[in-house]
Amino acid sequence: MAVARKPNRVKPADAQISAETLKRWYADMLLIRRFEERAGQMYGMGLIGGFCHLYIGQEAVVVGVQAALQEGDTIITSYRDHGHMLACGMDPKGVMSELTGRRCGYSHGKGGSMHMFSPEKNFFGGHGIVGAQVPIGTGLAFAHRYRDDGRISVTYLGDGAINQGQVYESFNMASLWKLPVVYVIENNRYGMGTSVSRASARTDLYHRGVAYGIPGEQVDGMDVVAVNEAALEAAEHARAGQGPIIVEMLTYRYRGHSMSDPAKYRTKDEVNRMRTEHDPIDHLRQRLLDEYSAREDELKQIEKRARDIVIEAAQFAQDCPEPDPSELWTDVLAEA
Amino acid sequence: MASEVLMPALSPTMTEGKIARWVKNVGEPVHAGDVLAEIETDKATMEVEAVDEGVLAKIVIPEGTDHVPINTPIAVIAENGEDVREAEAKRRPAPAQNKVPDAKAPEAKAPVPPDQEAEPTPPRPAIRDGAVAAPPRPPPAPAADPGEYTGKTVTQTVREALRDAIAEEMRRDNSVFLLGEEVAEYQGAYKVSQGLLQEFGPRRVIDTPITEQGFAGLGIGAAFAGLRPIVEFMTFNFAMQAMDQLINSAAKTRYMSGGQMAAPIVFRGPNGIASRVAAQHSQCYASWYAHVPGLKVVAPYTGADYKGLLKSAIRDPNPVIFLEHELVYGESFAVPEDPEFLVPIGKARIARPGDHVTITAFSRMVKLALQAAEELEKAGISAEVIDLRSLRPFDVEAVAESVKKTNRIVSVEEGWPFAAIGSEIAAIVMEECFDWLDAPLKRVAGKDVPLPYAANLERLAVPQVEDIVAAAREVAYR
Ligand SMILES: Cc1ncc(C[n+]2csc(CCOP(=O)(O)OP(=O)(O)O)c2C)c(N)n1
Ligand SMILES: [Mg+2]
Repeated sequence: MAVARKPNRVKPADAQISAETLKRWYADMLLIRRFEERAGQMYGMGLIGGFCHLYIGQEAVVVGVQAALQEGDTIITSYRDHGHMLACGMDPKGVMSELTGRRCGYSHGKGGSMHMFSPEKNFFGGHGIVGAQVPIGTGLAFAHRYRDDGRISVTYLGDGAINQGQVYESFNMASLWKLPVVYVIENNRYGMGTSVSRASARTDLYHRGVAYGIPGEQVDGMDVVAVNEAALEAAEHARAGQGPIIVEMLTYRYRGHSMSDPAKYRTKDEVNRMRTEHDPIDHLRQRLLDEYSAREDELKQIEKRARDIVIEAAQFAQDCPEPDPSELWTDVLAEA
Repeated sequence: MASEVLMPALSPTMTEGKIARWVKNVGEPVHAGDVLAEIETDKATMEVEAVDEGVLAKIVIPEGTDHVPINTPIAVIAENGEDVREAEAKRRPAPAQNKVPDAKAPEAKAPVPPDQEAEPTPPRPAIRDGAVAAPPRPPPAPAADPGEYTGKTVTQTVREALRDAIAEEMRRDNSVFLLGEEVAEYQGAYKVSQGLLQEFGPRRVIDTPITEQGFAGLGIGAAFAGLRPIVEFMTFNFAMQAMDQLINSAAKTRYMSGGQMAAPIVFRGPNGIASRVAAQHSQCYASWYAHVPGLKVVAPYTGADYKGLLKSAIRDPNPVIFLEHELVYGESFAVPEDPEFLVPIGKARIARPGDHVTITAFSRMVKLALQAAEELEKAGISAEVIDLRSLRPFDVEAVAESVKKTNRIVSVEEGWPFAAIGSEIAAIVMEECFDWLDAPLKRVAGKDVPLPYAANLERLAVPQVEDIVAAAREVAYR
């Protein structure tokens, strides 16, 4: 029931993906990469505080999955959420302003890096407690089922989060009630400083639904095309009323867990190897050049656009004022 | 256009650092993501990566330089094709001070070049920590402890005092072990368990998966079986995942078993606010645990108390909730060296004697209360600061005695005001020394809202020295 797929098995041509689509994904991934690099820099300048978990290296996962979804599908994830928000189409200015704690941020400066939301884009956060988003994402699926609206919930979790008990409580309910949820495990090999093999009795995480009758598969999460194909199938499964499904994306984070992590638990070699041999963005770029005869100058154009958007967002996020002090007291409860 | 590389802040609490090594040389090409230099922070050695592309045109701060404030320009990157020397020349006149991009950043101070004997720079205030109001002060003199310790002391950070307490107890008693997330190989998420894995090995210093309810329950089971676990929560925010085990299993079992069962276990970790980590990572749980019969709850402030109380907690036959504070881990105190130095659970400490008003506080708030007392002194008000240290059992007598002397009381805590430690103190004062009161008690507490992220709102949400001063003046009617 749980199937491991061979990495890199999908050729974009076989999957009949157009050059236009691939260029859009390229642009989407680049936007996330540039955004995160800038966020890291702004953290270094003291413009962003607290915890700031960057998504650099994992871009193919969220871009490939998002491209498999339909209008109205709901998304939820943990604190490593900037990429998910950009992929959902949330405004980079609003995201960056939240990072700087300004009133133009998605949470008006009250949430910060880990806590942003957009009901409009069906993005349900941004959650700081490891694993807590999993039952909530299952609840989003419950609402889809309840309303019979044909939508699905995509619930992201990490390789560390997979060991939380509430994940299995969720799996059981989701399977019992055939809820339309795709659990996307972003296996970036580490939960903070602990490698998967030091935290998990079995390291093939896509098996984790077996006891509940939930199918799972493992995908090369550094290949946006493979991610997309797996996500399309998984979404189809959930949407068709067959219940939950697990997709384990094998990916990698280049930066430390958060800004203050010296990342001594892995070798520089390991990181460099991933960066130079498996970078999802470089790979797609090469494919576009080799297999789609994309022109260097049009790719440069895409790259420039990503950079410009990010520079503009960064400026905006510094210019916007802090929240008004009276905001301290608002939004605790709604007027009944 | 050439761009400057600024000394980055690499942790929520870093204010300055050392350029350990330049990885790139002047003239070398640089791509976004390349490692430029290695920097030593207050906690670790980190790499600085380039964000811009170009050529490393100039190294402004040489390697080996220590105490470089964040936001100081440390290098210049010229754009590809740009004349490196020209870019350098253009940059040179720009004084560092004008380049600080953020109004909140510290004034760039001339960094100390390597090997030059210089006064060690005092730690600067955590600039992005909205909660730290006053500039740092020299470590307070060791407060007179009721233990009346007269032996040798050593100046240590709280982080080190905790580590030593654990290590000493592990040496003393083979059934003591440490369990939690990142406690072993990573040396502790907040570096409290540094070196313990090396000394005691993986049988007794154990990294867990991220499964708080599971490992808390496992610890309780091991305690039922006669071991003495120390369970570290990476922070107490995550102990909420384990709340049922802490209350239903750890606290109640002795009673339910008619005294046959015991859970000698310590649950410890940082509690309360940190720096800009927002609502789900910033909360004081003191009153939650203090509510529960069958638990002991402590929340010390000084290094000596951290050490002496942790050792008492480990030796205690009951479940003890040991509340630490991240923003205090790096503070230094005189700490007793004697491995038999213990601080009894259930006893408060007079942190500063005074006559006109009593101020009660615990954990980091003791520091603010002491600062407030100093302010009040200038206004002719002599404040007695009581460091509660233990919240359950609560030292009713110490508070009542003080109030009978001062006739006025202010309670201070970081947590929310409703049904809080301050509420309990109000009740205690009513019951124990109502007739001695010359003014109604005043509570200083965190604002009654989830903790906001924005720097300005965070500062407003957390008690500040000036709030304590104002409250004390109010009860003193001056
Ligand atoms: C319940 C809980 N325990 C501990 C933490 C501290 N913590 C934050 S992230 C993290 C690691 C999570 O790893 P993983 O699920 O693999 O996600 P990744 O960070 O790799 O994206 C830990 C232990 C937390 N936020 N919540
Ligand atoms: Mg992970």
